[in-house]
Amino acid sequence: MTTTLSPEPAQVAAPATTPAPRRTVRRRARTDEDGRQINWWITALLMVCSLTILIPLYFTVVTALKTPDQLGGTGFELPTSIHLQNFADAWNLTNFPRALMNTALITVGAVLLTLATNSMVAYAIARNMHRKFFKGIYFYLVSAIFVPFPIIMLPVVKQTALMGLDNQAGLILLYTVFGLSTNTLFFVAFIRSIPVELEEAALLDGATTWTVFRKVIFPLMSPMLATVGILTCVWAWNDFILPLVVLSDPSAQTLPLANYVFQGQFNTNYTAAFASYLMAMAPLLIVYLFAQRWVISGVMRGSIK
Amino acid sequence: MATTSATRAPLVPPDARTRLTRRRRTGAGRISPTFYWMVIPAVVLFFVLHTVPVLTGMFFSMTNYAGYGSWDFTWFDNYVNLFKDDQVIKAYLFTFGFALVATVAVNVISLAVALGLNAKIKFQTGMRGIFFIPNILSILIVGYVFNYLFSNSLPEIAERLGITALSSSILANPDLAWVGIVILAVWQAAAFNIIIYLAGLQTIPGEVYEAASLDGAGPVRKFSSITFPLIAAFFTINMVLSLKNFLQVFDHIVALTDGGPGTSTQSVSLLIYRGGFQGGEYAYQTANAVIFLLVIVAISLFQLRVLQRRESSPS
Repeated sequence: MTTTLSPEPAQVAAPATTPAPRRTVRRRARTDEDGRQINWWITALLMVCSLTILIPLYFTVVTALKTPDQLGGTGFELPTSIHLQNFADAWNLTNFPRALMNTALITVGAVLLTLATNSMVAYAIARNMHRKFFKGIYFYLVSAIFVPFPIIMLPVVKQTALMGLDNQAGLILLYTVFGLSTNTLFFVAFIRSIPVELEEAALLDGATTWTVFRKVIFPLMSPMLATVGILTCVWAWNDFILPLVVLSDPSAQTLPLANYVFQGQFNTNYTAAFASYLMAMAPLLIVYLFAQRWVISGVMRGSIK
Repeated sequence: MATTSATRAPLVPPDARTRLTRRRRTGAGRISPTFYWMVIPAVVLFFVLHTVPVLTGMFFSMTNYAGYGSWDFTWFDNYVNLFKDDQVIKAYLFTFGFALVATVAVNVISLAVALGLNAKIKFQTGMRGIFFIPNILSILIVGYVFNYLFSNSLPEIAERLGITALSSSILANPDLAWVGIVILAVWQAAAFNIIIYLAGLQTIPGEVYEAASLDGAGPVRKFSSITFPLIAAFFTINMVLSLKNFLQVFDHIVALTDGGPGTSTQSVSLLIYRGGFQGGEYAYQTANAVIFLLVIVAISLFQLRVLQRRESSPS
């Protein structure tokens, strides 16, 4: 796909298959006139591709609504009658309200603590990069990106148990600390693009470093805070391995963990299982439905930095 | 902290001026202690919860600790035994094969979809939204859905179409189970990579393409001479991160095969988890994890070097 280099002058007149260049608003109107039309071929192709994403979701919904005796066949058939009992079963079997509360608590806690602390660390590093101490810390934190989780997995379980952190609060702390590597990278790059003059002006007015961070820098960081917040939220909500190894008390189970335990116990009750999967997916899907544009632009912003 | 010119100084009230001169003097050598208070607690926590486990792992890898009870130093016995252990070697081979196939597949598919999404199409925002959905779903739970699809629906469909090769579950077939894991991994990871590539594509100014069109470049030439070199940095990031993430594959396998049939899809992470927590091989598996750490660091650095050299060299 990348190696063919032969120029083909014959195709100059076929701009349809090239990626549409981004233009300034002023020029867009004109280029539309000179024949850059909507590429229906690519539109159709992408719509077919998007079915690979929609079909498993459709499958989850219809299966969750069936009775066990409707399960035969390929499974893609619509349910003949809606069977909401599955949701009630799943609700009780996985102790859904408890798992949802745990997941929500851990996710919100992790996001808030991450945003408050990681941004502060990054600010101190970004503004003192010329000092050996802060530069050293920067490389220490960022190099940890390459450390795979399995090497931490076994010892951290003993350690969290010893420190009384084998619970929801411990998980919040672990997400905040383990996220520090990547988040420092994001935040430092962003803070270095904020001009120092603003802070100097505030310092001249007698503000302390702490006030400057809280009142000047933190609000200016909001685009990157959104990016990191989204990524942390998705990570903490869906993570399976950390809750699996760290949590010791079954009443602290998160949604993925509750489904894992449920899978082991009731693996023939497919319709209730699918209702349970759907309920575990739904909260974030619903949030995403409303915040879709904002989420995607947040992630894109993070990747350009 | 080089402060502003003297023209500004007269505007500053007297008390702030003394502060200014103090700051200017200290700015050259010392800094506000607040900066230290901002990093030190976090770094201490990071050290305790991240670095200490790594170090204790390295320490116990040289013992015969079973995860409980007493232990003795065995020095490098664990490491020597690892290289003789067929199960370990098999897990590494599987993990690498899987990660390689999944990385290539994810990047090819993501780049293709991103190019499509970046073209002038209808429903652009909506489709972009749909393609990102897998990223917000739990791999484990999606994995359970795929598990049912692979083991019940797919054989049924294959049978109706008369494809006998697929009429039994691919997850129950030791030679094909990995394909199911790759499909799930690609399905889930493509979402994020598409968005990264799309962000990269949008940094390319349209004028470059216009100039290329005037010079007579076709679509293939435009891709290989303009698009790809200009998003090379995004390609590097995606390749390095995908490979690193896929080498640690865990959730996918728990949901689909649990390492089976037999141990044909047992990844390194799953082996460390099982042996370490359930098999009484705490020390042995931490040694395995140390090797895994070295392998991942080596591969990531190698990849960064090769890809960055590619990036900077003229194509």
